[in-house]
Amino acid sequence: MNWLLDLTPDEWNAVRLSVKVATVAMLASLPPGILIALLLARGQFWGKTVLNGLVHLPLILPPVVTGYLLLLTFGRRGPAGAFLAEHFGIVFSFRWTGAALACGVMGFPLMVRAIRLSIEAVDRKMEAAAGTLGANSLWVFATITLPLILPGLIAGAILAFAKAMGEFGATITFVSNIPNETQTLPSAIYTFTQVPGGDEGALRLTLISIVISMAALVASEVLARRVGRRLDIE
Amino acid sequence: MSVIVDISHRLGGFAIEARFESAGRLTALFGASGSGKTTLIDMIAGLIRPDEGCIEVDGRVLVDTGAGIFVPKHKRRIGMVFQDARLFPHMSVAGNLRYGRWFTPPAERYADFDAVVDLLGIGPLMNRRPAKLSGGEKQRVAIGRALLASPRLLLMDEPLASLDEARKAEILPYVERLRDETKIPIVYVSHSVAEVARLASDVVMLAYGNVIASGPTGAVMQRLDLLPAEERGEGGAVLDTRVLHHDEPFGMTVLGSAAGELRVPQLAMKTGTPVRIRIRARDVMIATEKPRGLSALNILPGTITAIIPSEGPAVEVGIDCNGATVLARITEQSRQALKLHLGGKVFAVIKTVSFDRANTGAGLPAEADG
Repeated sequence: MNWLLDLTPDEWNAVRLSVKVATVAMLASLPPGILIALLLARGQFWGKTVLNGLVHLPLILPPVVTGYLLLLTFGRRGPAGAFLAEHFGIVFSFRWTGAALACGVMGFPLMVRAIRLSIEAVDRKMEAAAGTLGANSLWVFATITLPLILPGLIAGAILAFAKAMGEFGATITFVSNIPNETQTLPSAIYTFTQVPGGDEGALRLTLISIVISMAALVASEVLARRVGRRLDIE
Repeated sequence: MSVIVDISHRLGGFAIEARFESAGRLTALFGASGSGKTTLIDMIAGLIRPDEGCIEVDGRVLVDTGAGIFVPKHKRRIGMVFQDARLFPHMSVAGNLRYGRWFTPPAERYADFDAVVDLLGIGPLMNRRPAKLSGGEKQRVAIGRALLASPRLLLMDEPLASLDEARKAEILPYVERLRDETKIPIVYVSHSVAEVARLASDVVMLAYGNVIASGPTGAVMQRLDLLPAEERGEGGAVLDTRVLHHDEPFGMTVLGSAAGELRVPQLAMKTGTPVRIRIRARDVMIATEKPRGLSALNILPGTITAIIPSEGPAVEVGIDCNGATVLARITEQSRQALKLHLGGKVFAVIKTVSFDRANTGAGLPAEADG
């Protein structure tokens, strides 16, 4: 056990950074994820197929391509990157925020899929009933739809978190592999495997990575079961 | 208080062209399935936007396609009880009940929580989840939820259709109390003659998307020819009566009506209680002279006012008994053998045991005393 927890400061930083990046990526993609899932589940508009395709693109493209596209748009000289840096002071390139962005984008299709499925499973008659009781559409969403899709929401969020914990290709392409800034667990493991005598460190981080992912999965199971019991789905 | 509906709407190949007006306590929208009842009630609730026409409730225009008016459902303050209850699964019974109340402007909250809970007998269910309720309990909670939003009008879309006979008998008295003890007008959708005859003050009869008859229940329900085929056997005269006294030794109750005294199986109701009964046309026999040596106890003298050919071998005979009309369904052969004709003096004969819960309605158990 001591052997496992006896991490160097750099290794600790990689663990902390990974958890931070994955958490931020998950939380930040929740609101747009719900919005896009709603649009895809219920919207009737021109270009829905295109939007669906765009959302799913990171799932199909090689991660390196996604990372490179992010570099082109959100890099210092990219159109979105330059705009955000100039007006809001938000910089993505070679920062941990960039790693979070890359992880968020890569996990986005998984999150949207899970939420969309749960929205499609909601009985719209319940929402109509809430409407006749005086709730406008925002209230209906907050008090009926949102609680009913909670299990899907949790599943989507955990999937996105797990994906972010393991994201490597897009992150390293977009924000490189800078210790203490953008070196997440996978990057750190990769670095260990590239130097002689790094096997022990790589194994330690691999085990930690397994533990965190398992913990996230178990947590989601427990949460989903508790919510499910509340909804009397079981 | 009045409801005025005048709309035309197309749903795929089905066209609804309906116009009616009602100021009744409980107006029944009555017709076979597929006659457009639910579509109409959904339009009143604001769940469907009609292609053309207007809807007015209590002097307030809710829809007027000509003037571009469409009040959204959450601003109509019209309560709706659905056939499938639609209780929110993630809230307790108490949460469901308070939901509508919360959205009602405080100045317009007239419904009293305890009174409604008491009226519907749902006090003991408060902390349960909807999934743990029986069908009848769910429907009572759904009624309570709609009432507690303090609606201007209560719509009930076949609230009993998905329940078995025992559960129906459990809910019906509550709907009667609702009709008699609250001031909210009710529009009630049903395809059951038994429910409509028992509950409605006014009936709007629908067929294939059109209104084919409307008016007071007694008058409309006499039109047996308009009833949906599968309900025709249940059709008959609707009489308003009053409990005169109970015949304890024989287990009977004597009811007074315009047509004369009627003996029915004992009802758990106090003397003087108004009772609406339905006398199925198929349960009525006709005699041309006062029968003797006959087991039937109810023999009402009257005059034939109508003879209407019915399906198959049957004819329907309307008999005016001292101002109240009783309907009899007999064969054409019998009519000819007895030489029945308009204006003829006859006796309507009805067996006591042809009355049952479905066509007399029994009081709430709590009121039972005899």
